[in-house]
Amino acid sequence: MAFLELEGVTKSFGAHQVVQTVDLAIQRGEFVSFLGPSGCGKTTTLRMIAGFEEPSAGTIRIADKDVTHLKPNQRNVGMVFQSYALFPNLTVGQNVGFGLKVQKKPTAEIKARVEEMLRLIKLPQLADRYPYQLSGGQQQRVALARAIATKPQVLLLDEPLSALDAKIRVSLREEIKALQRELGITTVYVTHDQEEALSMSDRIVVMSEGRVEQVGTPFEIYNNPRTRFVASFVGTLNILSAHVVDADGGRLAIDGQEVVTARGVAGAVSGATVSVALRPEALLLNGASDLGNRLSGTIEEVDFLGSVVRVRTRFNENAVSLDTFNNPNAPPPRHGDKVTVSFAPEDILVLEAETG
Amino acid sequence: MTEIADTAVRPLAVPRARRERLPLAWVGVVPFLLFVALFLLLPTFDLIVGAFQTPDGGLTLDNIRRLNQPTILAAYWVSIEVSLASSLLGALVGFFLAWAVVMGRVPRFLRPMVTTFSGVASNFAGIPLAFAFLATLGPTGLVTAFLMDIGINLRVLGFTILSFWGLTITYLYFQIPLMVLILMPALDGLKKEWREAASILGASSFQYWRYVALPVLWPSLLGTTILLFANAFGAVATAYALTGSSLNIVPILLYAQIRGDVLHDPHLGYALALGMIVITGAANLAYIWLRMRGERWIR
Amino acid sequence: MKGGRIAPWIVVVLSGLYFVLPLVATFEFSLRKRRGAYSFDAYRSVFEDNHFLESFGYSTLVAVAAILFGILIVVPTAYWIRLKLPRLRPYVEFITLMPLVIPPIVVVFGYLRLYNSSSWLPFTASARATDLLLIFSYVTLALPYTYRAVDTGLRSIDVRTLTEAAQCLGAGWPTILFRVILPNVRSGVMAGAFLTFAIVIGEFTIASLLDRPAFGPYLQNIGANKAYEPSALAIIAFGVTWLCMGLINVFGRDPRDAAAAKK
Repeated sequence: MAFLELEGVTKSFGAHQVVQTVDLAIQRGEFVSFLGPSGCGKTTTLRMIAGFEEPSAGTIRIADKDVTHLKPNQRNVGMVFQSYALFPNLTVGQNVGFGLKVQKKPTAEIKARVEEMLRLIKLPQLADRYPYQLSGGQQQRVALARAIATKPQVLLLDEPLSALDAKIRVSLREEIKALQRELGITTVYVTHDQEEALSMSDRIVVMSEGRVEQVGTPFEIYNNPRTRFVASFVGTLNILSAHVVDADGGRLAIDGQEVVTARGVAGAVSGATVSVALRPEALLLNGASDLGNRLSGTIEEVDFLGSVVRVRTRFNENAVSLDTFNNPNAPPPRHGDKVTVSFAPEDILVLEAETG
Repeated sequence: MTEIADTAVRPLAVPRARRERLPLAWVGVVPFLLFVALFLLLPTFDLIVGAFQTPDGGLTLDNIRRLNQPTILAAYWVSIEVSLASSLLGALVGFFLAWAVVMGRVPRFLRPMVTTFSGVASNFAGIPLAFAFLATLGPTGLVTAFLMDIGINLRVLGFTILSFWGLTITYLYFQIPLMVLILMPALDGLKKEWREAASILGASSFQYWRYVALPVLWPSLLGTTILLFANAFGAVATAYALTGSSLNIVPILLYAQIRGDVLHDPHLGYALALGMIVITGAANLAYIWLRMRGERWIR
Repeated sequence: MKGGRIAPWIVVVLSGLYFVLPLVATFEFSLRKRRGAYSFDAYRSVFEDNHFLESFGYSTLVAVAAILFGILIVVPTAYWIRLKLPRLRPYVEFITLMPLVIPPIVVVFGYLRLYNSSSWLPFTASARATDLLLIFSYVTLALPYTYRAVDTGLRSIDVRTLTEAAQCLGAGWPTILFRVILPNVRSGVMAGAFLTFAIVIGEFTIASLLDRPAFGPYLQNIGANKAYEPSALAIIAFGVTWLCMGLINVFGRDPRDAAAAKK
């Protein structure tokens, strides 16, 4: 039995459907990310789990209890906000102990728990400081401590790192993941940063325009994207247009040049036009060895980035981007050079047609 | 003179250059300072000094001591009472009105309406306001007559507009809007996330207000109440038009002194003025201090 | 606190009653001049009164003078502070708040003591000079509002860059102030102007103690002598104040805010 279940959860504002029928089963102790661009419905879904929005349809269950219509202060759920939302008039210690104070726990117990939390986030010396005296990263860690101090069943994080500097984001990301692993708390994490989602999650829920596009492990999402949206949102990707020459044999034609895919041409018939995806890291420029597929084209753009040289090669209608390493002994390719791009049949992926 | 060489030898070269530039820039604000000095600071200062002087120019505390008269003490007392009553009531009603319009479940269009009306009403002080309340709650006022029709005789109950409570109720007409205008931005400053964070941590509405919202707001609330107090204390026109000289408050007393309606004793007048300045000055200092305290938390 | 459904409504309705009733009562009272029937006789009487026109006209003139002088004093100062002396800003702001601390009655008392006929600056020696003193006192009275309005306007434009650009193009200080800065703080200046007008029109204490024929003393006089005209005047005064605030909303808004809001 899943710990956190969303069944048919929908949210509409008037005629506009912001979240369309989300079905999700999250296991106890799992770290799940909602990933997608702004406006895709990920935050709204999170807020429905928290209780700040009421679903237009569907149910939400936590530990087998139907919480769909419970108020936020009745759900025993912890939440970390993008803007930290620390209470400005309370010290760090008072902030962290707020949930326990509201539950009218004895002072000694609150004090002990606060100390334990501050040690966990490695900020024991800041107990008597006020939020305005802390840096952004410190404030967010305090917010995290405050959220877990009451031992909630589920921890929700709403883009907690978006407001922070890049460097702090990376270190805090690791801290959050380590903390979650240590405490084993079921976690839902909302972000638009695919690197965060990929590095932290047990599973990722990719959303777009209110719909769930795909649910899977980071490996699955990255290597087997089911739709064009997922493929292009997660990682960089080359998307090309190809004609199906032979659906059973997996033969496709890209701008007249024939290639073979080992991944299957799902559902398409010979003669149809499909979208195919090629990861830049799977492409080899002017490779001598025979990988299986080879396309001839002309160099359209060369960006010398130092250790990496980013090359854009055009075939006819289609073009691909790939990276090669800088070779101090040989000059980089030039605009207009005729080159070949090779890749293995396992690396070319035919994408499912877009739904609606 | 190259600064690079100089800084090696004389580290004071750079600050000195900056000091020399300042006096020239000061010229720009001289007209302003002159104006303020001539028409605000000097007259006030002169009055304060005059409060400590005898008619022949010697220094004395006698004027201050002479404030210790029954009429004058009574006037200060009534002034303080009226200011206190109108500021406390104004703050209370103003708070609830601001809360209702900013955070209550009322139609959106009410907020700009209340803001605009508050802007008008807070400037509607003075004599026209007195006229308006005379027409409402005066002996021949509309509401008085209406209440009489339904059996409530105000005069028998001891109420008249020409009294402490009458003045207070009248003052509320500009005190409440002032509170609303100042408080609305403060209420806006209560971030929605705080409420949500408190709620998800298990707090009820009451607990949120008790532990987070009111503590964050109280410097604003107290400060504005004190501002309202100072505002009421210094008001002359409304009181004069409403009660004439029948209700003795300090500004009226001072007014009479200046007009020479009573025994011409300017130095007593200075002492009265000094008393007023001390009270309104202290109130404003408290307001400023409270505002700084309040802003310390909100970044 | 999205509080109870009922509580906010109770507050709004009761407050509404408190604020609207006096206006209704005053208007109703002002219509009662003719015995037995409602009429605008009180208003007619007011408008036909020479003293009304004289005192209202006088106060208007004084207000306009106070507005002009106020702009002359405030705009260059606020500009200079922003440009050259930013460290002085808190002190100057404190000074501009002083008129809110010192009650007008105290200020005018000080004037009478310091600038009477036998002093070194005999403002009260002649009527014209006293008029001048009155104007200056109103500039002082409105200072907190006008300075704040102009300063807010200046805050939203990059004063330094505009000045440097103008200087590059060869402009001298008067040109910079009047043709570059002033147009850009127009909304702040307008707001300050209408606030000053509202303050001056209704002001009583200073005008009365300086013995000038302004609108305030006229109102008080009418109140002491007539029955129905005061109410009509109160309605007129309320209308004028409302007009001022309305004009602030129209002209005193930053056109950029308005344009952004329309988008």
